[in-house]
Amino acid sequence: MDQIKLSAHSLNLSFGEKQILKNINIDFIKNQVISLIGPSGCGKSTLLRSFNRMHDLSPDAHVKGTLKLDNLDLYDKNISVTEIRKRIGMVFQKPNPLPKSIYENLSYGLNIHEFPKNEIPDLIEKALKESYLWDEVKDELKKPAVKLSGGQQQRLCIARTVVLRPEVILMDEPCSALDPISTGKIEELIMSLKKDYTIVIVTHNMQQAQRISDKVAFMYLGEVIEFDSTENVFKNPQQELTRNYVGGHFG
Amino acid sequence: MKKKLTHFLNWVLLVGSTCIVCLFLGIILFDIFSKGFSSVSWNFISQPPEQGMTKGGILPALIGTLWLTLITTLFAVPFGIGCAVYLNEYAKPSLLTNIIRASIRNLAGIPSIIYGLFGLALFVQGLRMGTSVLSAGLTLGLLSLPYIITTTEEALKRIPNSMREATLALGATQFETIKDVVLPKALPGILTGIILTLSRAAGETAPILFTGVAFYINGLTSSLNQEFMALPYHLYMLSTQHQSIQQVRPLAYGTAVVLIVLVFGLNLIAFYIRFKQRTQD
Repeated sequence: MDQIKLSAHSLNLSFGEKQILKNINIDFIKNQVISLIGPSGCGKSTLLRSFNRMHDLSPDAHVKGTLKLDNLDLYDKNISVTEIRKRIGMVFQKPNPLPKSIYENLSYGLNIHEFPKNEIPDLIEKALKESYLWDEVKDELKKPAVKLSGGQQQRLCIARTVVLRPEVILMDEPCSALDPISTGKIEELIMSLKKDYTIVIVTHNMQQAQRISDKVAFMYLGEVIEFDSTENVFKNPQQELTRNYVGGHFG
Repeated sequence: MKKKLTHFLNWVLLVGSTCIVCLFLGIILFDIFSKGFSSVSWNFISQPPEQGMTKGGILPALIGTLWLTLITTLFAVPFGIGCAVYLNEYAKPSLLTNIIRASIRNLAGIPSIIYGLFGLALFVQGLRMGTSVLSAGLTLGLLSLPYIITTTEEALKRIPNSMREATLALGATQFETIKDVVLPKALPGILTGIILTLSRAAGETAPILFTGVAFYINGLTSSLNQEFMALPYHLYMLSTQHQSIQQVRPLAYGTAVVLIVLVFGLNLIAFYIRFKQRTQD
């Protein structure tokens, strides 16, 4: 039996008067890569960001419904949001390394979550290796992270997330600012991370969704129209809208 | 042909106004430096005034101005940055926040003499600090607050949200995010604002007039409850209040040179910080 890692039930989300997500019900299985696809403005990123509570800082965002990590209610008043974000990591569209050195970009999260000081160097080395970045940066860990190339920066951002050993990694179009070679490296990285993490990724790239994901959710105007295995969504979609979108007729 | 001519005339007009502004600045600087430069020497800045201020230097006024600027900094910088961080990072957009912002902007427009009277009422009399370098420094601090708040807020606004999201998504609290990422990244902008504000405050005369500046004191300012001499007031006094104005005129010009060099020096530091930041981005 596949274990459900992350789920949303009867999720409605609005910014002020404007409803962005309408009655979302979706379950993500452990150790799978799930792609969220759909035209711009359909609510993919909004859904993604509701799992690690990134909407907390927008005063006009209203979240209703149940979001769960395993059996933990993510919007429970007694749960600390920092703990949730440690367990559900996030990688953003544009690489956003901290204005610190490569090493400090990884040690930062470890320090704020009070990992034992003597373990930190090994944890950092391990995370950089897992993110295919170690060989490129091992001699210049003190270098400012902003001096790295865009693709390297994005792998650093993934390493920064991975080093905390989260259970889920959310990725919001992580390759949209990168060239094809860097994109290839990130995709390879995502495939290798799957064995340890559950990954939910927003992408506009249909080929990418087909290459990397186990399941695909197609969203349109704030609703999940179709959620099925990658093969079914692309080869045999059940909904007219999905067929038109993956066939490239709109979006 | 006609269009070309109007273009040319417009150009002449704009360049002309720029030249006139620069010309006036040049004349002022030339006048002050040509008349004052000869009286500036090491002795001038390292000696107290002598013989009824007709001889000697300006050391007490220089020290007084430094004291004053130091107190202003210690008072205005922490409160100013704290207020700006609250407004930009924590305050939710509401009527109250808008009122606070508008009030701060209005504070910047209040004539400095009013700050002087307010300082007299609050610090000198109300809080019984007397006419002292502390009262005057706090008064200048009040005057500087709105500028520091506004420039700090501008610097914070320039930090993209993606920077804040980076640490928040790692599980940092909002306070950690501000302390570890937002403030360090905004620091050059904040420093520039602080320095420009202080250079302005150092040249103010009206606010210190009622709150502690003295015509002449024997010895140097050495404690917070003492009266003090300050460069701008010393200049005013030498050029209008002294009994033998003609005799002390070179000293007045010399004082002006020192004050201008001090203020320009601060501004140069601010420009350097801004230049360095721009080349880094």
